[in-house]
Amino acid sequence: MRTENQRGWLFVLPVLVLVAFNALVPLMTVVNYSVQETFGNNQFFWAGLRWFEEILRSERFHASLGRQLLFTVTILIIEVPLGVAIALAMPRQGLWVPVCLVLMALPLLIPWNVVGAMWNIFTLPDIGLLGYALNNTLGIDYNMTQSPVAAWITVIVMDVWHWTSLVVLLAYAGLISIPEAYYQAAKIDGASNWSVFRYIQLPKMKRVLTIAILLRFMDSFNIYTEPFVLTGGGPGNSTTLLSIDLVKVALGQFDLGPAAAMSLIYFAITLAVSWLFYTLMTRDDQ
Amino acid sequence: MARITLDRLRHSYLPDPSSSEDYALKEIDLEWDDGGAYALLGPSGCGKSTLLNIISGLLHPSEGRVLFDGADVNSLPPDRRNIAQVFQFPVIYDTMTVYDNLAFPLRNRGMDSGQVDARVREIARMLELEAWLSTRASNLMPDSKQKISMGRGLVRDDVNVIMFDEPLTVIDPELKWKLRSKLKELHQKIAVTMIYVTHDQTEALTFADQVVVMQEGRIVQIGTPVELFERPRHTFVGHFIGSPGMNILPVEVSDDVARFRGRPVELEGAIAVDQGRTEIGIRPEYVRLGTSGIPATVRKAADIGRHTVVEAMAGDTVVTAITNGQPPETGTEVNLEFHPGQTRLYADGWIATEAGHA
Repeated sequence: MRTENQRGWLFVLPVLVLVAFNALVPLMTVVNYSVQETFGNNQFFWAGLRWFEEILRSERFHASLGRQLLFTVTILIIEVPLGVAIALAMPRQGLWVPVCLVLMALPLLIPWNVVGAMWNIFTLPDIGLLGYALNNTLGIDYNMTQSPVAAWITVIVMDVWHWTSLVVLLAYAGLISIPEAYYQAAKIDGASNWSVFRYIQLPKMKRVLTIAILLRFMDSFNIYTEPFVLTGGGPGNSTTLLSIDLVKVALGQFDLGPAAAMSLIYFAITLAVSWLFYTLMTRDDQ
Repeated sequence: MARITLDRLRHSYLPDPSSSEDYALKEIDLEWDDGGAYALLGPSGCGKSTLLNIISGLLHPSEGRVLFDGADVNSLPPDRRNIAQVFQFPVIYDTMTVYDNLAFPLRNRGMDSGQVDARVREIARMLELEAWLSTRASNLMPDSKQKISMGRGLVRDDVNVIMFDEPLTVIDPELKWKLRSKLKELHQKIAVTMIYVTHDQTEALTFADQVVVMQEGRIVQIGTPVELFERPRHTFVGHFIGSPGMNILPVEVSDDVARFRGRPVELEGAIAVDQGRTEIGIRPEYVRLGTSGIPATVRKAADIGRHTVVEAMAGDTVVTAITNGQPPETGTEVNLEFHPGQTRLYADGWIATEAGHA
């Protein structure tokens, strides 16, 4: 008889309960909604896969998804190289290390809706520091409540400002873990600065960069608060990213079925891309 | 290949050193012949790695010069000094194959691919790495990785010197022995100057023709392994080399006679210096448990295989002796006999007897 093992269940029970209530139950509720139709009154009718077909064919969804992808790809292309470059330029020892680290960490500490509000006010053409300077001092016509291009630039600059630090800190952690002997050996081997980056620093940063890209992909792909506070998805629909659109469908129009189907598709895309990326990056780690 | 001269080298890690305490290296003068196998031996923190990094150009000395074949190389960066260095733990380029790792220093110097190929294959054969040439270097065991590090040094045929900074620290004991003999073999084959830094006396004594013993930023003695063992110039060398180390016993010197616990001790030769703190040094190998001599009590006897190490108390001084045969019981009263030709006097740590004829 091996009864002693049974007690283990007791210890994992709290986690099971927690995961059930904050992940499984809500997720299953969404799955439940996605295959039904409701006209209120708490009456539900079976709808099968109709909502999924509808969403996947919907031009509105395609447009939001397109904007979402454009946003994510753009910020990744900017934030990852920029983050690595800043990490490379940061001092490795001395008094400036803590100063740099704190400066880098600051944007990460600001609540997301505050970031949105800050940039909103910052870019107002009449009273915002940046908006006023661009329009009145430099004479550039800049108004993100009217011009989609200005709105996009602002959303992207805001995200770069807010999140590049995360890449910097992770890349920096990777960099300082490289023993001095590697640099000394490279010097003796006559390696150029580019070779040092290509064959020592980049390979040693690979793991942390994988995590950095993964986190930035997931966060930016699911981003809601900052653009919502900054532009509200406008002007028009020009900055209506997938999550903003989803909230409009779910809470604006109260179309529970289509919104649930959309959420699941959204979730599946995030999961698939993350899994694929992670698998590819860690393929030859064994 | 080159003769290496260190001319009054001093180095301090502090911005403006004042007292000699501030110097990690205190006045080093040294000449290394072309093609020799040298070891730098000393405890951790004695300045041996500092010295190595100065020779390779990774560090710039505070004072003094480094000369290769009489030419001052002080202002040259490491890659222009044509040296190779193997570090404590293996440095390999993870993403490259073993082949590319070995070819890296050659390609960086713009050698054409035909020559690169010939050199890489030759070195791989010497190090027995041929089978792994197309494997990614990161997938190898630590000892093979360390071989790659060595290979990157050996692959260039124009190197002035190859320096090893405690290269076997992370290697398993049995492979340590294999790599060490490999190194010795390579040295005989290619006859390039090699400097081997270690705190392990066995490594130093088996590898080198000449061993430089360092302590607290100074060179205490340079000599062959036999010289260091037989006639240490300083009590530190006597204590540091040998297992167990030399017995250093306080003595009183008067009228050209050294007395240990009141009894005169016969020395290897005439006393040259009798000032300062005087001690005699005698290796445990030359202490006999006899019938006459200094009375002592056995405190501990350890059988270490072929020999027995006996620790005896002469008053409150511990004397170690290495004997053959049956170990004496603890508490036994014995008499210690010192071999006169191997008994030396030290004044303030430095040897103070003239060499005898024993």
